[in-house]
Amino acid sequence: MIGKSSRTGRTLQYLALAGYLIFLGFPLVWLVSTAFKPPRELVQLHPTLIPSNPTVQNFVQAFTEQELGRAALNSLQVSLASAVLTVLVALPASYALARFRSKLGTAALGWVLLSQLFPFVLLIIPIFLVLRQVGLANTHAGLVLIYVVWALPFALWMLQGFVRNIPRELEEAASVDGASRVQVLRRVVFPLLAPGVVATALFSFISAWNEFFFALVLIKTPELATLPVALARFVGIEGTARLGPLAAGSLLATLPSLIFFAFMQRRLSSGSLAGAVKG
Amino acid sequence: MTTLAERPDVDRAGKPGRGGRSRSDRTMIYLLLLPSLLPILVLSVFPLLRGMYLGFTDARAGRNVEVTFTGLENYRELLGDELFWNSFKIGLLWAFGVTVLQFVLALGLALLLNQQLRFRGVARVLAVVPWAMPPVVVGILWKLVYHPDAGLLNEFFHRVGADGLRTNWLGDFGTALPAVIIVGVWAGMPQTTVVLLAGLQGVARELHEAAAVDGASAWHRFRHVTLPALTPVIVAITSLDFIWNFNSFGLVYVLTAGGPGGKTMLPMLFAYEEAFRYGNYGYAAALGNVMVVIIVALLAVYLRRRLREAN
Repeated sequence: MIGKSSRTGRTLQYLALAGYLIFLGFPLVWLVSTAFKPPRELVQLHPTLIPSNPTVQNFVQAFTEQELGRAALNSLQVSLASAVLTVLVALPASYALARFRSKLGTAALGWVLLSQLFPFVLLIIPIFLVLRQVGLANTHAGLVLIYVVWALPFALWMLQGFVRNIPRELEEAASVDGASRVQVLRRVVFPLLAPGVVATALFSFISAWNEFFFALVLIKTPELATLPVALARFVGIEGTARLGPLAAGSLLATLPSLIFFAFMQRRLSSGSLAGAVKG
Repeated sequence: MTTLAERPDVDRAGKPGRGGRSRSDRTMIYLLLLPSLLPILVLSVFPLLRGMYLGFTDARAGRNVEVTFTGLENYRELLGDELFWNSFKIGLLWAFGVTVLQFVLALGLALLLNQQLRFRGVARVLAVVPWAMPPVVVGILWKLVYHPDAGLLNEFFHRVGADGLRTNWLGDFGTALPAVIIVGVWAGMPQTTVVLLAGLQGVARELHEAAAVDGASAWHRFRHVTLPALTPVIVAITSLDFIWNFNSFGLVYVLTAGGPGGKTMLPMLFAYEEAFRYGNYGYAAALGNVMVVIIVALLAVYLRRRLREAN
């Protein structure tokens, strides 16, 4: 089979792969390079791909002058609260969804799919009105509430996959031994669910960390802005020399998700997430 | 809450059999589901229904504003709104452009990654990174690439001696929309690639080998073995991609904010401006309703055609 045609085929495949690598990779290289360039290199007429005098000055500046530090702290608070709350709320429900066939469960999962169809505009106005009525419109608490509800459907789906992976026999054995329902949950189910809880918490942390639209609409006080909103505001400030701190801030904003994906990839390959993936 | 009152917890010894279900079990299920269902009802289902209703009213921003039901008035106004039609056309161009390019490029990449090629590992990692980036950061990243003075793209054209191609990609009327579409493709390709790759790995190897023994060419094997097996996955991911793209907001907001001269004013951006800049809640909600109807109609046509082809 190894003839001339298959060798040209291979060459074409490598050429295509190279094309993909350039398309996917170069913008990333450019972001990293811009983040490490001193102001002088940023404004020079013909920028270079690799900074000749790399510096961390942009990172320092992003945090001191542009108040991205405070925004990052806000984001951290909101995302942590969302992650913890999502898990606490989703845990009992996912157990019920996995262990008992219920029409309610089917309806909940159907809603997950259906809600994808609707543009955020339809949601945001009533949510904004409701939150304003209860005095949570311009607060982190209001934002956390929205993020929890937003992450819940997927969190439920993910966690119930993990619950399904725990053999029912384990629970039955424990209750035969005289453990109460609550004891079975606490001593048998929850410890085995730990990886699922971590994955779900990470997922809701990241979706809150990355979210932009709700934060843009609901938070009006600049001091309360989350990192994506602060970065987007920063974009509006023109001037080529500012691109350095902007790139540095963007790079830092990506780190949590990158860690998450690295973690998930290991989990995915080790198979412990298979249940969650297959549903 | 009524379930709790009506069903006192008496039947603890009741058998949790597969068919019938004891009352205590039932109560417990509702108790377990309640903390999740309540917030979803209050902050997702209810707002959505109210949002759809607002589309038939003259709701405006501000406290204590009287809201009156106006029926189809908003839609009559939308029909005559040239800005809306313009934004709608742009939205369809964007959603179709991004979804089709995303799919074609992702399928190509997935096929490559499914082969025994060197650098496959690097490509796999790179193919996932854009997925991990917040949309705002993707926007910033490409703003840096497209930057007229300090951008990678213009510098590349200068280096290869094509200075004539240098332009203000995001600021020029002609290039803004295509430039933005490319960013959309870049941002959404990873997810599509991963899904298609998973689908490809599910195609039985024996079928391929049998076809190869029968002397089918690579193209024939792709056309008659791989593609049919992959169809369900393709239909699912392209439908989802289309919905996501049509409803996308953050990326283009950061890149162009709808400019220059409204050339990249996606429907979501248009609705956002209508609602939160001009305070026309009712009109913006009506716009949202129209978007839902259009998406559902387009998906129905697409899915029906696919289903008919499958039979």
